[in-house]
Amino acid sequence: MYPSRFRYEAPSSVAEAIALLEEGKGEAKILAGGQSLVPMLKLRFASPELLVDINNIAALDYHHFSSDGALHIGALCRHEHLEKSSDISSRQPTIAAAAPLVADPIVRTRGTFVGSVCHADPQGDWAACMVALDGRIVAQGPSGKREIPVRSFVSGPFQNVLAYNELAVEAVIPAPKGTALGGYMKLERRVGDFATAAVAVAVDVDGGRVTRAGIALTGVGGTTIDAADAAAALVGSSLDAETIARAAELAAGVAQPRSDHRGSASYKRHIINTFTSRLLSGIAESHEKAA
Amino acid sequence: MTLDEIKIGGMGASRRRVEDNRFIRGKGNYVDDVVLPGMLHMEILRSPVAHARIRSIDVSKAWEIPGVRLVLTGDMLATRNLAWMPTLSYDTQAVLATDKVRFQGQEVAAVIADDPYIAKDACEAIVVDYEVLPVIVNPDQARAAGAALIRDDKENQPDNKVFDWEVGDRSATDKAFAEADVVSEVELHYPRSHPSPLEPCGSIADFDRSTGKLTVYMTTQAPHIIRAAVALVAELPEHMIRIISPDLGGGFGNKVPVYPGYVVSILASILTERPVKWIEDKTGNLISTGFGRDVYLKGQMAVRKDGRILGVRMHTISDHGAFFSDAQPSKFKIGLMHSAFSCYDIPAAHLTAEGWYTNKAPGGVAYRCSFRVTEAMFFQERMVQAAADDLGMDQAEFRRINLVRDDDFPHRTPFGFLTDSGQYGKCLDVALEAIGYEQFLKDQEEARKKGRLLGVGISTMTEPLGAGNSREYDILGIKMFDSAELRVHMTGKAILRTGAKTQGQGHETTWAQIVAHELGIPADDIVVEEGDTDTAPFGMGTYASRSTPVAGAAVAMVSRKIRAKARKIAAHLLEVSEEDIEWELGRFYVRSSPDRGVSIQECAMAAYSNMPDGMEPGLENVAYYDPPNLTWPFAAYVATVEVDPETGVWDVLRMVAVDDCGVRINPMVVEGQIMGGLTEAYAMASMQFITFDAEGNCIGSNYMDYLLPTAWETPGFELHEVVTPCPHHPIGAKGIGECATVGGPAAFVNAVMNAVQHLGVRNIDMPLLPDRVHAAINTRSDISGAPPVRTDSP
Ligand SMILES: Cc1cc2nc3c(=O)[nH]c(=O)nc-3n(C[C@H](O)[C@H](O)[C@H](O)COP(=O)(O)OP(=O)(O)OC[C@H]3O[C@@H](n4cnc5c(N)ncnc54)[C@H](O)[C@@H]3O)c2cc1C
Repeated sequence: MYPSRFRYEAPSSVAEAIALLEEGKGEAKILAGGQSLVPMLKLRFASPELLVDINNIAALDYHHFSSDGALHIGALCRHEHLEKSSDISSRQPTIAAAAPLVADPIVRTRGTFVGSVCHADPQGDWAACMVALDGRIVAQGPSGKREIPVRSFVSGPFQNVLAYNELAVEAVIPAPKGTALGGYMKLERRVGDFATAAVAVAVDVDGGRVTRAGIALTGVGGTTIDAADAAAALVGSSLDAETIARAAELAAGVAQPRSDHRGSASYKRHIINTFTSRLLSGIAESHEKAA
Repeated sequence: MTLDEIKIGGMGASRRRVEDNRFIRGKGNYVDDVVLPGMLHMEILRSPVAHARIRSIDVSKAWEIPGVRLVLTGDMLATRNLAWMPTLSYDTQAVLATDKVRFQGQEVAAVIADDPYIAKDACEAIVVDYEVLPVIVNPDQARAAGAALIRDDKENQPDNKVFDWEVGDRSATDKAFAEADVVSEVELHYPRSHPSPLEPCGSIADFDRSTGKLTVYMTTQAPHIIRAAVALVAELPEHMIRIISPDLGGGFGNKVPVYPGYVVSILASILTERPVKWIEDKTGNLISTGFGRDVYLKGQMAVRKDGRILGVRMHTISDHGAFFSDAQPSKFKIGLMHSAFSCYDIPAAHLTAEGWYTNKAPGGVAYRCSFRVTEAMFFQERMVQAAADDLGMDQAEFRRINLVRDDDFPHRTPFGFLTDSGQYGKCLDVALEAIGYEQFLKDQEEARKKGRLLGVGISTMTEPLGAGNSREYDILGIKMFDSAELRVHMTGKAILRTGAKTQGQGHETTWAQIVAHELGIPADDIVVEEGDTDTAPFGMGTYASRSTPVAGAAVAMVSRKIRAKARKIAAHLLEVSEEDIEWELGRFYVRSSPDRGVSIQECAMAAYSNMPDGMEPGLENVAYYDPPNLTWPFAAYVATVEVDPETGVWDVLRMVAVDDCGVRINPMVVEGQIMGGLTEAYAMASMQFITFDAEGNCIGSNYMDYLLPTAWETPGFELHEVVTPCPHHPIGAKGIGECATVGGPAAFVNAVMNAVQHLGVRNIDMPLLPDRVHAAINTRSDISGAPPVRTDSP
């Protein structure tokens, strides 16, 4: 690979990283897992003057549930860590379902959750999970930290609202209202492929009723799509077949797919319907069994 | 004591591949690993558009970048008569574009610099002014009235047609159709695919002014053909050209042609008098080098109620891209397409073919296809299934009725080839038995009642492998034979060289096994070397499954020459006459007293230390082998699948492969070839194609868009064998390298069609992407003839 020339720095603290971003005056880029940025450097789609490699900042390498039940994912937490964590598989079903479907096993050892959300690829799987789960990004700049809900964090395809001197230090997923149920379904042509279409579903249930719901769609629009109406239709319900069918239709209705070599627009819309319905039915079934 | 042939790694031993020792340790020596003192680096600037007139090329900014040593354009090549080069099928191809660019990715300029980063920077600094022209991306557009003329560089080229051609007996075929009870029809597109070897193409040219010698390290499957081509194109004396093809990271036919990058690197080395390295990137490889297929196939089959096939008609329309650059071994313009239907007993057949230029990369015969045999067999097996369906006859039964019977050899095929051996019916039976065909049909019935879609697909075929013979097959007039040279050292160890060139086939392992079989020298005592034109005997290289049929035969023949000389030495050592000598593996003995004998190793020592009076010393020889016929392996592949009616996603339940490739030298290597081939077959059936949008942009220029299956989704394969030795090959072997790639796709596609046929779907073109399958089921209609890729706005 023969990218354009760039300066390379690998600071060992967040403060140093931010200072370097300041110095870069908008011509610097963070290098996390490199699984999106390095291909862009190779193709010369990106030609930053300065690369700030954050991989030496050990303090960013974590994920844990805080006492209030919120999940905190540090900027160096790799896809693979989420995939293999027993905490995640027992407490956060949407993330647990998506983790083994992101990219391929090799990419998962390097790519980061936060990097994926920052990259804001409409086909990125984590952004959909974040939207379905009402997640937020914690950004840190010279003047301290601020929290940005994911819905306002992504400002367009491959765009986010971070200032040039800000680093996303962690992602936070709020505690569930009741039992956290959920899932992720992705149609891909082969392992390592981005989604032809995918659906993230997160449903909190208490006393047999849905207390909170989120549904988000991957790969069927210019950004991750928040199927808010579909989710709202679930709240208060017991996930009966009728409600599920209505939610699935609403979800398919807000998709904005394009026809391309992955499939026709109408097919992708159909898949959103089918997957939303399959996910919700599966959730309803497993919840019934557990109850 | 008689030697145990398996123990010495002879015929039939599943000996571990000796080359893997270095490959799995990362010690392979590929072109990009070669570093020469003072070496410069070359980068090629490619056209971003598919069809455009070049108004001007401004290279001044590129020259200003420090470290740039040379910038070349087509005009500069033209002053040396090198802007165009001949192709392997009597056409011409631009080296660097002068007048027009004719496909996206075409080579426009080259920069030679101190390192590849600088070369790439300088390429970006070149300014090309393009006047965009109308783009043609398929034969329909190419033939349309008023279509833009792509090859306006050629005299006598009024339109975009490459050729018209026909073979077979038209009137006999018409007669057969007049007598038919049922006429079945099939129309389909075999999409463009790309072999995509993991190592892209590249070269290091090293011209030494002081000796006049040009050494080129090159990713080539056919080093001797390249030497001849360089001698003819660059007008350099052939003895001053040395082509070295080191380890190759796969070829699959992609590394047979002569590419512009090779030619430009050679010229650059001559001009700079320094070694010049060019290594193509993956995108360059995918968008500009030899692809496979891209053929529209239509045809009809005439059948009688009792299931007998009376005749077939075929019409093929092939898309060759901007230059007709296929390697052409036969006299025919569409390769060996007329090998279709060779395994069936069909009295009459007729084939017409037309080829067209389009604004796409040139090629067509790469990817384990054996010169269009892949398309021929795919069409054949889709046609056979359609006819069985139309007759309402079981697809296995229909094949059984029409397959050539064991006692019918030699058999004249519908288009005139002569097949010589096989047990077709037995192979089919073994496959059906293994898959549990009868039971599956019952399960399919039951599943259908519950709304589940199961399907079983069969593909049976024989294909012509191992060009030549030299009477019928040549490339640019060079006859297709091959060679082997064996040098047995005095301690009984040996070096073997051939004119073939391994690229994953395992020649270093299997050639030694043939020598071990013929001479009793343990395979571990034999080193095999290929790919250096200064040391290897002349040969036509490795492609079209020809190595074992041709070079492998030469290995057996040269071993026999060595044995004949060793016999004389043995007679001398044993002090008896040659007539009294008997041979067993690795040892000559006296017929009347078997205890008195000498080993092949003792004979080798004597050849250097104690040869009979008047005998030439040494134990070395060369053999050139011109096969009497092609070899005709047979395969029966059966796949079962389940289709999800809601999503169109289909999964392979089982895949059974029965191959008869004659005698197996190394069964493990053969199985590796079959598994690799089936993986590629699955890829083409399910996900792999290169397509173009209306502007001629290549969709499939990287591994995000051009899909190579991983171990994850590739189904498991169950392999079985039947052995019918080749009657004319010295060790009874037939080609195997391409069988599974050629015959496999139809098994998968037929299985999916079998699952959905009751819903009114007869054909879905490859790749069977879920959205195509879903659309076909839902609209109860076929998807045939390459649906164009639509890219619309939301
Ligand atoms: C073969 C392959 C297949 C893939 N398939 C999928 C898939 O199916 N689904 C999917 O979702 N993704 C897929 N990806 C992308 C992968 O998940 C990436 O890892 C992810 O998108 C980016 O994470 P990263 O840590 O690698 O980020 P990088 O590549 O290092 O960075 C990506 C971008 O985000 C910025 N960035 C990164 N971290 C921060 C931070 N902490 N603060 C501010 N900015 C930051 C960078 O500057 C850059 O612009 C695939 C990648 C590959 C190579």
